[in-house]
Amino acid sequence: MLKMNHLSKVYRTHMIETHALRDFSIHVREGEFVAVTGPSGSGKTTFLNIAGLLEEFSGGEFFIDGVSVSGLGDDARSRLRNEKIGFIFQGFNLIPDLNLFDNVDVPLRYRGFSAADRKRRIEENLARVGLASRMKHFPSELSGGQQQRVAIARALAGSPRLLLADEPTGNLDSLMARGVMELLEEINRQGTTIIMVTHDPELAARAQRNVHVIDGQVTDFDEEPRLRVPENGRDTVATTA
Amino acid sequence: MFSYYLQLGFHSLKRNPVLTLLMVLGIAIGIGASMTSLTVFHVMGSDPIPWKSDKLHYVQMDSWDPNRAYDDDDQSMPPDQVTYRDAVALIEAGKADRQAVMYKVAWPVQPENRDIKPFQSLGRATSGDFFALFDTPFEYGNGWDRAQDKEHARVVVLARETNEKLFGGQNSVGKRVRLNDVEYSVVGVLKEWKPKIKYYDLTNGSFSDPEEFFVPFNTAIELKTPAAGNNNCWKNSAEGWEGYLESECIWLQMWVELENATRTAEYHSFLDNYVAEQKKLGRFPRPVNNRLPDVNQWMKDNRVVSRDVEIQLGLSFAFLVVCLVNTIGLLLAKFMRKTGEIGLRRALGASKPQLFMQHIVESGVIGISGGLIGLLLTWLGLMAVRGLYDYFDSVARLDWPMVLATIGLSIVASILAGLYPTWRACQIAPAAQLKTQ
Repeated sequence: MLKMNHLSKVYRTHMIETHALRDFSIHVREGEFVAVTGPSGSGKTTFLNIAGLLEEFSGGEFFIDGVSVSGLGDDARSRLRNEKIGFIFQGFNLIPDLNLFDNVDVPLRYRGFSAADRKRRIEENLARVGLASRMKHFPSELSGGQQQRVAIARALAGSPRLLLADEPTGNLDSLMARGVMELLEEINRQGTTIIMVTHDPELAARAQRNVHVIDGQVTDFDEEPRLRVPENGRDTVATTA
Repeated sequence: MFSYYLQLGFHSLKRNPVLTLLMVLGIAIGIGASMTSLTVFHVMGSDPIPWKSDKLHYVQMDSWDPNRAYDDDDQSMPPDQVTYRDAVALIEAGKADRQAVMYKVAWPVQPENRDIKPFQSLGRATSGDFFALFDTPFEYGNGWDRAQDKEHARVVVLARETNEKLFGGQNSVGKRVRLNDVEYSVVGVLKEWKPKIKYYDLTNGSFSDPEEFFVPFNTAIELKTPAAGNNNCWKNSAEGWEGYLESECIWLQMWVELENATRTAEYHSFLDNYVAEQKKLGRFPRPVNNRLPDVNQWMKDNRVVSRDVEIQLGLSFAFLVVCLVNTIGLLLAKFMRKTGEIGLRRALGASKPQLFMQHIVESGVIGISGGLIGLLLTWLGLMAVRGLYDYFDSVARLDWPMVLATIGLSIVASILAGLYPTWRACQIAPAAQLKTQ
């Protein structure tokens, strides 16, 4: 689903070069749930931004769904982002003066879906996160956990194959965080690949695979993903042989 | 997507009401000022009789003082009126398709109805061709014919307002009207006829009111009616009315209608020959200088659109530019305040061209709002112009093309103002903005 080979990212000013990522390689397979951990400033968010085509990279190779991202123009990157990638942010990033329906509608508008198709997707996804009855409400009328659920509905509305989550529970209390995490796990079970940046070791432990980033490099990488196997209605984590 | 952008644009107006109000008012005031000036300029410069303005020619011949040109500012310009002798000679020659000589007269109107007091009235003594030449619309009857011209007939054509005043707007054809102690028979009543520019007699004020009545030229001459308009002489005339008619004083306007360029060239040649003949008689001491400007050229020659109006127009558009610069700053502030949303939209799949379009449409929405208020300000501005200057009454009025131009200009202006802020907004790095949310 996502493959980076020897990727580097250098921020240059006229005085200093800062290597945010160096020789960064990772391969995320279809359907995986990968947690990216590491200390502040280690390059986790830079990785996520590059993965989400929000930033250019300086060197190396990067493929999404088999498509090389190098050399793609702004239009093609925007289209790829819109069609294949969903974003969940720590600060939810809902547009405050749009109601929930219109917030979820934003990525669908750029996708060019028909009005009927957009309506169906918005209603389905708001129902999926348990907020179907609050479509006409504004973000300020919701709790943090509910706002993050709206953001998840927005991320899912276009049926992306890859969901990028940057500290999705960072602004939530533990109860709300658990609810959001369970929702992400359910989404992953339904086939969406998830890459989640987090500081929280407990949340990271719930992912199938952990990537630890220090100084812009992957230092700890579970090569073999642990698959989530449903057992008696409860999830367990198993390691592939 | 355009309807979505439009929807977002209107939505955005409500987001920062104070900022929005400042931008809309900025554009509205600039548009109001510039469109007030532009409307006056546009109407002053517009063709008053577009369907035949190229066929109507004003007759100019240089019969002036050999030692001094008629116009000190433009010495190549012949006098702007003709002498009685020349006018009569040209009319009698009858070389044009239609021809009319004319001058302004002032007579008292003495109504038969004793309830209406006599009143002073401005009229025009002219040839019967005048009405067909200038396509004057008739409510009742018609003008007089060339035979009646020759017979010095006592006939009159009334303006609509005069007929209203004397006959309550009824069909007065055949009725009698007393003008300056002489009775005339009404042969026609005009419909409302108020050319915005009084192009047929620019020598007596481009924006003067139209005449209240029209009488045959020869009748007015027979009655020894002096001109109520401009009268210029470069040498003394002989005693009495006859002496005046035989003088070199210029006081008559003359128009001819010529169907095409060939006819115009023929008429020009006729004038040249006429002047050559007159030179043999000791007249026309200056070099031959005959002109036949058409309506629009004649308006230019007379600077109907004055230099002051042009300067005022320039200043008002400079003011619009100042307003737009102000709007650029405000739009920049507005767009920079929503960098987070712009970054978010990029992350959710909006391309730069889509965001560019969205913000340009938003600028256009501000322009439409500013344009509508600007239209109201233009209307108020024109009312003020009419209130201050009576003679602008006919030109300081909005017409449909100017209404559309006002809205169009405000949209174009606001889009121009929005280009730089929009470009800046589209340069926002989404990743940086999303992190700071």
